[in-house]
Amino acid sequence: MPEQFDAIVVGAGPSGNTAAYTMAKAGLKVLQIERGEYPGSKNVQGAILYADALEKIIPEFRDDAPLERHVIEQRVWVMDDQSFVGTHFRSEDYNKPPYNRYTIIRAQFDKWFSTKVREAGALLICETTVSELIMDGDTVRGVRCDRGGGEVYADVVILADGVNSTLARKAGFHGELPAQNVALAVKEILFMPEETIQARFNIGEEEGVVIELMGTVTEGMVGTGFLYTNKDSLTIGVGCMLSDFKANPNRTKPYELLEKLKRHPSIAPLIAGGEMKEYCAHLIPEGGFHAIPKVFGDGWMIVGDSGGFVNAAHREGSNLAMTTGRLAAETVIAAKAAGKAMSARTLKAYKDALDESFVMKDLHKYRDMPQVLHSSPQFFNTYPGLLTGAAKTLFTVDGVDKKTKERQIFGSFKAARRWSGLFSDAFKLLRAFR
Amino acid sequence: MSTLAVNVEEKLFQNRYKVDAGRPHITIKDAAVCSNTCRSQACTYVCPAACYKSEGNRMVTLITDGCLECGSCRVICTEHSNVAWEYPRGGHGVLFKFG
Repeated sequence: MPEQFDAIVVGAGPSGNTAAYTMAKAGLKVLQIERGEYPGSKNVQGAILYADALEKIIPEFRDDAPLERHVIEQRVWVMDDQSFVGTHFRSEDYNKPPYNRYTIIRAQFDKWFSTKVREAGALLICETTVSELIMDGDTVRGVRCDRGGGEVYADVVILADGVNSTLARKAGFHGELPAQNVALAVKEILFMPEETIQARFNIGEEEGVVIELMGTVTEGMVGTGFLYTNKDSLTIGVGCMLSDFKANPNRTKPYELLEKLKRHPSIAPLIAGGEMKEYCAHLIPEGGFHAIPKVFGDGWMIVGDSGGFVNAAHREGSNLAMTTGRLAAETVIAAKAAGKAMSARTLKAYKDALDESFVMKDLHKYRDMPQVLHSSPQFFNTYPGLLTGAAKTLFTVDGVDKKTKERQIFGSFKAARRWSGLFSDAFKLLRAFR
Repeated sequence: MSTLAVNVEEKLFQNRYKVDAGRPHITIKDAAVCSNTCRSQACTYVCPAACYKSEGNRMVTLITDGCLECGSCRVICTEHSNVAWEYPRGGHGVLFKFG
């Protein structure tokens, strides 16, 4: 008789670690399977950690979690090839503990989180890829691995296997990701002395800045760039919708886009001298509310990126991952306590909990955003140039009177989008955000 | 227009890999589909690790050693579904130091 577990968790990212931790802490017999050499070695993120979601799971995480810098300043830059127009928000309120968000390095953070999972009593097996789910009709009974004993069984399997969601696809729970529902992001980590980062970004020890970038850096594709400050490194990256990469007539390669960003005159001085130590790529599920597949069934639940739980409008993902992992785990714990079978009927409580949480509420709020952005490339290829152009016209002192400058600016907007376009764009944005 | 020459091999050289020699985790199902049916050969410019190369004779070749395991090639091959995509065997493939 093969070994039977209360629950198997596939994957050791934020959602899988949270699910395994929560169930193990409640005394359940949990097996977690990770394909990487150690938890974190396959995981890629920007990466910003929002404290709130983790606090609900490990309230004292700040004692020993590997956190890089707490973020005190958020910058948004709208760029053309030569310039940027930016808004910066910095507040001393963000400089008082407990801090609201941190930059992290995922390989280190996930490894730390995993030690907590094991301390809570879960059994972790690394370097093992789950090749498929073991099905009995429509019911998931366990998983088949590419190593060791091969087959393991559990009352419920939680799929935390990341954006590619290989296992659910193979089992026919949902289909292939459409390219217009995922963004492809590439990034590099650049090392430099702490003091250099602090001087360049106008911050003190442990204080951090994040910069979100949009405009010509994505060559008209729907996407954004980012630059984050870690303790003694910077993370710089750019991501665009995969369908846009594919359809780009210039056939621009993702790493060319990244290189162009690194050489932008406003970026280059910030990263100068940085020693590049790693280059990563990752897909981000950005289809939002309408793209969320069925996330539970007989003997299975899907959490994190695997279920498409990302709020692209707010650059949130890992907090949704942790929250979905926690809600799935709590569903299992409650079912176990009530002596219920892990049927679809029982596990529907997970979906109900999601609907009640900020996860589905936020995704619902921005449900039209992906469609609006797809049908409105002007937000990425026309407006950035208009904004930087307006700023340049306004701030260049050249003997032209201000009234004329004002007319030039309005004229440039009108010529590019006409009144009807300007109004409909404003309306679209408003509708997508509201 | 993209005029920037970027050596992606130099970037990938910074990464740590445990290559599963002789067992590529991604394969092209039918090479003839890439050569004859697929017009865009988008994998040859979308793959962030440049694993797919377009050869002079319209052949597409795939070497997975530098693969970052993102999944883009499989997702964009919508019309032809010509990419057989699995994760590498446990412990193999890219091993992110920072992620």
